[in-house]
Amino acid sequence: MSILILCDHENGQLSPVTLNAISAASQIGGEMHLLVAGDQTGNVAKAAASIASIAKVLVADDKSLENGLAENLAPLMQSLSGGYSHMMAAATTTGKNVMPRLAALLDVMQISDIIKIDDANTFQRPIYAGNALSTVSSNEAIKVITVRGTAFEAAAAEGGNAAIETVAGASDAGLSAYVKSELSSSERPELTSASIVISGGRGMQDGANFAMLEKIADKLGAAVGASRAAVDAGFVPNDYQVGQTGKVVAPDLYVAVGISGAIQHLAGMKDSKVIVAINKDDEAPIFQVADYGLVADLFDAVPALEKELG
Amino acid sequence: MKVLVPVKRVIDYNVKVRVKADQSGVELANVKMAMNPFDEIAVEQALRLREASTAEEVIAVSIGPAQNQETIRTALAMGADRGIHIEAPHDIEPLAVAKLLKAVVAQENPGIVLVGKQAIDDDCNQTGQMLAALLGWAQGTFASALEIAGDKAKVIREVDGGLEHIEINMPAIVTVDLRLNEPRYASLPNIMKAKKKPLDSLTAGDLGVDIAPRLTIVKVEEPTARAAGIKVGDVQELVSKLKNEAKVI
Ligand SMILES: Cc1cc2nc3c(=O)[nH]c(=O)nc-3n(C[C@H](O)[C@H](O)[C@H](O)COP(=O)(O)OP(=O)(O)OC[C@H]3O[C@@H](n4cnc5c(N)ncnc54)[C@H](O)[C@@H]3O)c2cc1C
Ligand SMILES: Nc1ncnc2c1ncn2[C@@H]1O[C@H](COP(=O)(O)O)[C@@H](O)[C@H]1O
Repeated sequence: MSILILCDHENGQLSPVTLNAISAASQIGGEMHLLVAGDQTGNVAKAAASIASIAKVLVADDKSLENGLAENLAPLMQSLSGGYSHMMAAATTTGKNVMPRLAALLDVMQISDIIKIDDANTFQRPIYAGNALSTVSSNEAIKVITVRGTAFEAAAAEGGNAAIETVAGASDAGLSAYVKSELSSSERPELTSASIVISGGRGMQDGANFAMLEKIADKLGAAVGASRAAVDAGFVPNDYQVGQTGKVVAPDLYVAVGISGAIQHLAGMKDSKVIVAINKDDEAPIFQVADYGLVADLFDAVPALEKELG
Repeated sequence: MKVLVPVKRVIDYNVKVRVKADQSGVELANVKMAMNPFDEIAVEQALRLREASTAEEVIAVSIGPAQNQETIRTALAMGADRGIHIEAPHDIEPLAVAKLLKAVVAQENPGIVLVGKQAIDDDCNQTGQMLAALLGWAQGTFASALEIAGDKAKVIREVDGGLEHIEINMPAIVTVDLRLNEPRYASLPNIMKAKKKPLDSLTAGDLGVDIAPRLTIVKVEEPTARAAGIKVGDVQELVSKLKNEAKVI
């Protein structure tokens, strides 16, 4: 058995979520290889080779792979598939984009967003916004899998010295082209890996009011998130959305402010260790999952909280 | 150009699902069903393409039991021109769905297929990408904006870091995200009209596609519920609990 894991990277840095995917793969057993695909990925390949549990790093350096276009990356991965029992990626927007395309090229059914591994063929995954957990087994020759990062600890990033091997075969399928990105920039920690997250909902009333949450976030070293309603209303960008169809987070502390607690939102945060809810409606469903609930007007409570934190 | 829109019949997003006692799946009997919300967005986008004269015909296709025809009627009531129902088990897998859709594409030759980003029942997020692979077409996934000009489409994608702009060749698969549009409601007269619109019915056998499942469901269970929490009286008490009891700040 050997496993190929697709390395997520951004701006020349290996994305931490890759380490969570690796730790999931290590539970399956067998040799683990990491695929670094991109353009000028030297730094990422070096970081990849020092991950303790990785036996080999495959580097596919080609202009056509620069932006992770699935039309170019999936056929490359297909060409590398020989000999692998599992091909895995974190369930990021990169993994979700390319892995199903790879699975179809291999004529296998993908297993999305796994949260638990029973054995090499049997996996647990949430369905219905996490209201049910489905255990599925697969007899496919190659298991194509995406991994929910928050469900697995990060593997050790250091201590390894894997061989780096260059792989050829990348080419531009000529179907798609990257134009540009509009990335949210922030000094705060990344939402899915932050140990504290403070999120605002429709109750925030407008985008400017998110400054209240940012002040608290800066005191606590937290990331700022949001409900779909807050994103739809344009208070904050799309990448803030926590939930079934947004990002899944599981920090030590999640603070929900002016969020009612719809199942689609809970799907993205209910595995947080400690949940705090601030809502003026004492019947809001968010209180059913909150460890500490404060029934209050957020426009009083949030400034008071900032002051109390000193 | 024709637009093909696959629409899935799922448990309504407002319903709290119940797991069956025998752990074989979730309870579907007597549960309110609806069109997958992402597919409503896809239908809406298709209608806008037709209204802008970019497309001439909008075809809704649903794969599943006989009741899926209701979902197609919903799409027709929103304004789709005709429907195709492919008889299959309710829990058919995305790979099989993609193969059936490929066969429909071969018959209908659409210029674009607008797929939901994710079905809110299986939460797979696979079908559109798989269909694109099987057809060898470009894919614009998680789209929050779509602009078609000749043989190219500009797609803005919602990605983890923000937004990404790509340009893809037509014909293409686009999977739609929440911010693409706000779907219209079907008016009563349009619901009446929809009853008379053409709806073809096929089987997987007619299309020569093997839809046998590849995965076996071992069991479906309830997640463990969180222990009940407490209400705090004020901000001081909250901060003190977080510091001294939960020790998270
Ligand atoms: C297909 C689909 C996918 C979805 N995916 C997601 C997803 O990924 N993430 C997500 O979050 N949602 C998602 N949703 C939407 C979800 O169903 C809810 O509509 C949404 O989460 C509601 O956001 P909200 O709690 O901010 O708004 P509301 O439900 O309107 O709640 C606002 C809350 O703020 C409180 N409030 C108002 N003013 C104050 C005040 N001054 N002080 C204190 N409290 C106040 C109110 O009491 C209320 O509880 C999805 C829906 C669908 C159909
Ligand atoms: N049985 C089906 N019938 C029609 N369309 C489907 C079906 N299953 C999936 N789809 C389409 O594929 C999208 C993504 O589904 P999934 O890959 O299951 O998350 C849905 O939003 C639909 O557009």
